[in-house]
Amino acid sequence: MSALLSLRGIWVEYGDKIVLEKMDLDVEAGSFVSIVGPSGAGKSSFLRVVLGQEVPSRGQILLDGAPLAPECGPDRGVVFQRYSVFPHLTVLGNTVFGLECAQAPLSARLFGSARRAAMAEATAMLNAVGLGDSLHLYPAQMSGGMQQRLAIAQALIKRPRILLLDEPFGALDPGIRADMHTLIRKLWSDYALTIIMVTHDIREAFSLGTRVLALDKRRHDPHAPHRYGATAVYDILLDRNDRAERALESITVDSKGNNQEGAA
Amino acid sequence: MRWVNRQLRRPERLFLGGVPIALLLLLYLFAAAQRHSLNPADKILPLPSGMIQSMSVLMSQPDPLSGRLIFLADTLASLERLGLGIGIATLMALVVGLALGVLPPVRATFGPLVTGIAVIPPIALLPILFIALGLGETAKVALIVLGIAPVMVRDIAAHVAALPREQIIKAQTLGAGSWQIMIRVALPQAMPRLLQTVRLSLGPAWVFLISAEAIASDVGLGYRIFLVRRYLSMDVIIPYVAWIALLAILMDLALATLSRRLFPWAHGANH
Repeated sequence: MSALLSLRGIWVEYGDKIVLEKMDLDVEAGSFVSIVGPSGAGKSSFLRVVLGQEVPSRGQILLDGAPLAPECGPDRGVVFQRYSVFPHLTVLGNTVFGLECAQAPLSARLFGSARRAAMAEATAMLNAVGLGDSLHLYPAQMSGGMQQRLAIAQALIKRPRILLLDEPFGALDPGIRADMHTLIRKLWSDYALTIIMVTHDIREAFSLGTRVLALDKRRHDPHAPHRYGATAVYDILLDRNDRAERALESITVDSKGNNQEGAA
Repeated sequence: MRWVNRQLRRPERLFLGGVPIALLLLLYLFAAAQRHSLNPADKILPLPSGMIQSMSVLMSQPDPLSGRLIFLADTLASLERLGLGIGIATLMALVVGLALGVLPPVRATFGPLVTGIAVIPPIALLPILFIALGLGETAKVALIVLGIAPVMVRDIAAHVAALPREQIIKAQTLGAGSWQIMIRVALPQAMPRLLQTVRLSLGPAWVFLISAEAIASDVGLGYRIFLVRRYLSMDVIIPYVAWIALLAILMDLALATLSRRLFPWAHGANH
């Protein structure tokens, strides 16, 4: 089985502080990988490296077998917890933007029939995330949940190979969060997406993911805690539907977010 | 009720806002009347009748040398210089500020230069401008531009550089290049700030305009004020100053309205 995304011996270091050490990972196409771990365990660094926002100090990342350019690109979509929609564009404008960039390098705007086609495509995508009635609102006029729906539609219209979610539902209230879980599961299966999601919420990680990675430090030097980096300490494959529920019951989680059963 | 919680209705606000202005006017009238009762030829605190009289001469009778109505010619000349200066400075702020804010190599190259120019007191450059550009219009416009542009450039650059990193990353994942990010992400979000910066620069722009006109000119609001100063003509100076204040307030209001009209998304959640 060939992996869509492969990390080979990735190290991330800031000065003498080691954040990630010797991280190896293969992500298959169509999987939904949840990444959990305590604060400071390198979840965000991991995501930035995959996104191309940051270059690892050692190691190699392959996307479809080819080395990844050290820059963000349209093959990897992203939804951040905040600030991932443009406040000066309407919902439709935000969504069409991705199409305009690809088709009009100089003006980044479309006209005539090309514009109508792009608007129709964007409208279809917005209907799919449930924003069909809010095409002409500005982000500031919408709730947090609606803004995250928009951010997802914006990313999906580029048909990214991988969708990266950085605590996408962390700032939403519980009811809205449940709606968003249903939505992202539906989009994942409808569009055959490959998703990597970083989250603080263990329950969310298990209920959404097909695979859960826990990042943490394997070793700990009490005199120089920054000299050991984190890596994937647990890699749990979930068989969707039935096994997700059982996994939730059988695994106990301590305050640091570590799996006690596995550690014992 | 605590004063921090006291919200006033619109008529109350208008009334309260008018009170200090009215008091100041009354105080002036009282002092002027006092002085005129002692000396009917007093020039220091002219009465409104005196101001109206001298201003109507400046407004209606053509200047014997140039054949133009003095007040109108002064206003037009000053507004033209001010408009040119602010226009050029605004354009520079937009182009240079955007490039400095979005592109790190440009910031590294020109950032120190812009900072260096910004700390020079513009009036100290006035002799250089007069020597290099002559005493004509160019030097006056150049003084306004040099005076306000560096601050505006730095303000726009800082505003653009402070856009959330997430937005710039997101734009790149949507396929945008540097140019597209500049014109579609940074430029529109810099526009409301640009109007704000122009509003704040109006004050300094007037200072530099009046200074340039006071030193070398033959027409303009600042020229007139400094010319009639020799005759202690407060009856002309005070109306001119009031007129400058009125023009500045009108420009400020126009810019504020323009910003709300053009960029509703930048003015609060409920537009």
